[in-house]
Amino acid sequence: MTDHSSDIDSVSGKSTTGHEWDGIKELNTPLPRWWVITFYLTILWSIGYWIVYPAWPLIQSNTTGLFGYSSRADVAVELANLEKIRGDKMAALGTASLADIQKDPALLALARAKGKTVFGDNCAPCHGTGATGSKGYPNLNDDEWLWGGSLDQIMHTIQFGVRSGHAKTHEGQMLAFGKDGVLKSDEIVTVANYVRSLAGLPTRNGYDAAKGQKIFAENCAACHGDAGKGNQEMGAPDLTDKIWLYGSDEASLIETIAQGRAGVMPAWEGRLDPATIKAMAVYVHSLGGGK
Amino acid sequence: MNKTVNPNELKPADDVGPLYAARKKVYPQSVSGTFRRIKWGLMAFCLGVYYFLPFVRWNRGLGAPSQAVLIDLPNSRFYFFFIELWPQEVYYFTGLLIVAAVALFLMNSVGGRIWCGYLCPQTVWTDLFYAVERLIEGDRRERMKKDASSDPMKLERISEIVLKHSIWLLIAWWTGGAWVLYFNDAPTLVKELVTFQAPMIAYIWIGILTATTYLLAGFMREQVCTYMCPWPRIQAALTDEWALNVTYRYDRGEKRTSVKKAAELRALGQQVGDCVDCYQCVAVCPTGIDIRNGPQMECIQCGLCIDACDNVMTKIGRPKRLIGYDNDINIHRRQEGKAPIYRIVRARTIVYSAIIAAVGGIMSYTLATRSLLDVNVLHDRNPVAVKLSDGSIRNAYTVRLLNKSGYDRVIAIDASGPVNSTVHVVGVDSVTPDRPMIVIPRDATSELRLLVTAPADNNPEKSIPVHFHVTDIGLGVVASATDNFVSP
Repeated sequence: MTDHSSDIDSVSGKSTTGHEWDGIKELNTPLPRWWVITFYLTILWSIGYWIVYPAWPLIQSNTTGLFGYSSRADVAVELANLEKIRGDKMAALGTASLADIQKDPALLALARAKGKTVFGDNCAPCHGTGATGSKGYPNLNDDEWLWGGSLDQIMHTIQFGVRSGHAKTHEGQMLAFGKDGVLKSDEIVTVANYVRSLAGLPTRNGYDAAKGQKIFAENCAACHGDAGKGNQEMGAPDLTDKIWLYGSDEASLIETIAQGRAGVMPAWEGRLDPATIKAMAVYVHSLGGGK
Repeated sequence: MNKTVNPNELKPADDVGPLYAARKKVYPQSVSGTFRRIKWGLMAFCLGVYYFLPFVRWNRGLGAPSQAVLIDLPNSRFYFFFIELWPQEVYYFTGLLIVAAVALFLMNSVGGRIWCGYLCPQTVWTDLFYAVERLIEGDRRERMKKDASSDPMKLERISEIVLKHSIWLLIAWWTGGAWVLYFNDAPTLVKELVTFQAPMIAYIWIGILTATTYLLAGFMREQVCTYMCPWPRIQAALTDEWALNVTYRYDRGEKRTSVKKAAELRALGQQVGDCVDCYQCVAVCPTGIDIRNGPQMECIQCGLCIDACDNVMTKIGRPKRLIGYDNDINIHRRQEGKAPIYRIVRARTIVYSAIIAAVGGIMSYTLATRSLLDVNVLHDRNPVAVKLSDGSIRNAYTVRLLNKSGYDRVIAIDASGPVNSTVHVVGVDSVTPDRPMIVIPRDATSELRLLVTAPADNNPEKSIPVHFHVTDIGLGVVASATDNFVSP
């Protein structure tokens, strides 16, 4: 280092660093003292942080700080506050009957908003964010309901699920007529075509309608009814309408009859609180298909 | 300054030096006269409106705020006497801002910086603070002497300073206090403020505005106009040669000579000016400039130098308005012996006035004819259409009804879309199934879920428009919206 203290700038009277670019010299202006002191103070301050807050990683955990602060505890407090803020309204939702909720515009709006959020978190993976469903997962917007579309019926299905293993769950399944050897292949093809005819869909050439009707009456009518109108007690769908959970083409029907169907929906009681389940029932009902 | 300079001839001292100029404190002298009276009047009016407007009551009926001017942020409403604006009507403020901007242009092209000199809050509060200062510490000379004195302060001087700052802070605090009253019911808030029950945010805002008023009007003063405010720069582009500005009429004033000398010279038949070089115009100037140096950026054109000069001219028996509202054209015309002409009505002022009239007219018209019942419709995106068990198609819409009036309404909804389609509103059991009737509460929005179903045999090919008409059964007012009906 060269000592440039003797190199004094003529205009400002200050010493320069001796660096020069195209005749422009750099003034030697040290950092202001207050700035340097503040800088050292911030370093001291940071040591305080080590002591007060969780800071150093240890092998199994980390230092917890003097007051045991944790951001997770903060979240818990905030969530508890949120519950408190929503308390009154959610309590009203909990005590009101499903019918009352639907009649009260404010409660209906609250239930729909709550239901929509909870639906997105819990139901959308199977039923889709718009509740449009897909093959094997019912569309909840339409008016076809396997287990009933009234508010109470929807609520019951959400509470206990379908074939969920819960004591009060919906039971009953489509048997595997082919796999279990109840019907032969040609009989399955025949009854599949008969089912298509029930819904007004075209049938295969040369299919025996009388035989199809006979097979249907012996094997299917117990659940689906003589006319194929279905039975919500057993979750047996209406075979005469335009909505098909597993497809209405011949191949899909043959697969359904041969392999059987037994979709599962989990029971939500115990996982979601009663007010939330109620809100979800109202939301699903309000999508448009509710009876 | 048109001399060409050879850079090589510059000595170092010519082109270097401090870039920062320390402020020279201004000690405006008191003055009386026409423009001073106008300024007092406008100050009383502007501050009166600002401080007392929140206390003006306006009856809007039960349950609605009774404050004439209120910005209700929690409920997103703006009340101005008979007008109530909702957030989506914020374009009225855009119109108001356009009118305000063009009004500034118009003022500028007619009489220069009228805004700066008479109406700007910075000017008004600084003027008020100067008045307090003068009242307590004395006029220009006394204040200069007191500030320059190096004697140790006596109790009297200390109490003067304390008193001045206390009054300044009181005014500043009142200024901040009045501000928050525009955002809440004023009498209630005042009661809460004095009993320390008001929300913290009110105290914070009062604190902020107390600080800004105290600093801007007590200390920064003319520096705000000279260095901080963009408006003096902008208006340089808006003025023209016809605009009247506070002008020293040098055609009449030069050469400056004392009264005695002028009498002698005039007796000898020589040409002398009316300016006696008394520096009264400089002494009263709140920005500390000499108007005789011509138009300057620092000049806020408050007209106080006109009053000062008029007083002197009257005293020595010469005609008034050696300094007055004038322009360069007239100075030259007088020098050539022609009569001055004043052209207030010219293309620029006509265009500005026309813009003000047009925007103001459109705003007033839309405000007067705006509907207090409105409807917005949003088609469901997921799913866009639902096929029902009998093959019919249903579309769902979110209908948002806005009832801006102060009373509940009974409305009926009609939807004309696909042939033989039916309309249903979720949660509503209407006695007229095809035409749902609903009560919508006053001063509120209602959101409904509306389903339109088209029968199987009438399924439209693709998307067709649906017109929603919302009719107030009692008053017959109709609001409409259009969306589409889509088939899967």
